[in-house]
Amino acid sequence: MEFLIEPLRYSFMLRGLGGGLLTALACAALSAFVVWRGMSFMGDALAHSVLPGIVVAYMLGVSLFWGALGAAILVVIGIGLISRRGQLGEDAAIGVVFAGFFALGILMLSKVATFSDLSHILFGNILGVSSGDLVIMTVVVVIVLTGIILSYKEILTASFDPAHASAIGLSPGLVRYLILTMLALTTVVAIQTVGVVLVLALLVTPGAAASLVSRRLGRIIILSVIMSIVATIVGFYASYYADVASGPAIVLTLTVMFVLCGLYSLVRKVRQ
Amino acid sequence: MRLHYGGQCHLPAREGAAALQLNNVSHRYASTSEDVLRGVSLTVSPGERVALVGPNGAGKSTLLKLILGMEHLSRGTIDVFGRPATHCLHRVAIVPQRSTVDWRFPITVRQVVMMGRYVHLGWFKRPKPADFEAVGAALDTMDITELADRQVGELSGGQQQRVMLARTLAHDADLMLLDEPLNHVDITTQELIFHTLERITAMGKAVIVSTHDLGVLTVHFTRALFLDKRIIADGSPKEVLTPETIAEAYGFEFHKDYHPWNS
Repeated sequence: MEFLIEPLRYSFMLRGLGGGLLTALACAALSAFVVWRGMSFMGDALAHSVLPGIVVAYMLGVSLFWGALGAAILVVIGIGLISRRGQLGEDAAIGVVFAGFFALGILMLSKVATFSDLSHILFGNILGVSSGDLVIMTVVVVIVLTGIILSYKEILTASFDPAHASAIGLSPGLVRYLILTMLALTTVVAIQTVGVVLVLALLVTPGAAASLVSRRLGRIIILSVIMSIVATIVGFYASYYADVASGPAIVLTLTVMFVLCGLYSLVRKVRQ
Repeated sequence: MRLHYGGQCHLPAREGAAALQLNNVSHRYASTSEDVLRGVSLTVSPGERVALVGPNGAGKSTLLKLILGMEHLSRGTIDVFGRPATHCLHRVAIVPQRSTVDWRFPITVRQVVMMGRYVHLGWFKRPKPADFEAVGAALDTMDITELADRQVGELSGGQQQRVMLARTLAHDADLMLLDEPLNHVDITTQELIFHTLERITAMGKAVIVSTHDLGVLTVHFTRALFLDKRIIADGSPKEVLTPETIAEAYGFEFHKDYHPWNS
């Protein structure tokens, strides 16, 4: 017990753990949709291309959240506009916007910040979570969870059969924007804990690992959430006791879980 | 982009209206410079089983999408039971082409069939006992009750097509559109599909099926519509399916003694 409680004596550690768990919850809840709707590139692009927004917020001295959110909205709209005409595929549009915004962000960052700021943004700083951040994270988690619960059947329909969705008057585009909004909010808060580079892992790995074990969407989502929470706790204590960065520790734990799920499904197949 | 969908339909069907009425419908996609449909006019009455045939690119799928309002109509009017279909999507359902569906998506047969009820529910509404009953009945009719909890991707092509038809049965539409439902389907399923369509039309519903399979026309349909951007022939399957119409639509000649349904 002492082992588990000791790090939590420091309030910044407690806030870090809270922030990590909230992030894990939001990311994992969306993970199944990211995996099965093929949106992982979009998630990665969102995470990287919010960098200029973060730098602007840093320069203005406001919460990084608002800067990142503003940039995320611009990115989603930009990608939508480029791919809308059908001349370019969406992945190409994502690639162009992603690279452009990220380059701009790095350039701006190199002018205003130090290397340690850069590494915090790229790899996250779970111990830098403020109580204000915690409030925003909680709001995002509530929005994402209610969003998924309230529009579950619509997301299901538009993902499985967009033609049927539009045939019953449900716009697949509307569902897409709904998911993108939740994804943007989640990505923006996740940057604080795991950083720009590793957000993708929280969005993809839990859903991918759970999909190896179950073929039911509901179970995949619940399994993703459980695995993410466990991985966050393991990563958090590992980073305290082994003195390693928390973001990579969390992601590596998730990756190990993915491998275990893969082995499990392999064994199950062989036995059948 | 419409925000609202489904819910209760407040518009009753017009008394004595045709199941489907197209008036001089022409359509052009924004990306092309040529019309895919030119001046198509036709009337389908309740109880009819119409086969929609024609070569690839003849505009069959476009026509079905236009009926449902999934495409913006360029010219002309389309009415379903006396009103534009979008006024009440409860009355018209579609089995889309197989390729538009993401079969790998982790979803069970029962969940897919339940989608047929969503037009009656709309946002934020959960299925009620009546909806579960309709789903159970549709699963029974298509003989897939024992597959209800399987993931759709694990099923055979024929079984998947049964699931899609069960979904339109659960939808309980009065006009059913089926886009190429016979591709990759086994004989048993094909027979089951036709048997079900015959039962539905006997209840006064109308069915339009687009197909490449000319062999099934005379046996299973009351009417055939030969489409190649415009209507080439319209009438009983035997009248429509002449070597001349086939030559005109497909651009090749059959031997003068060849008849597609008795060779």
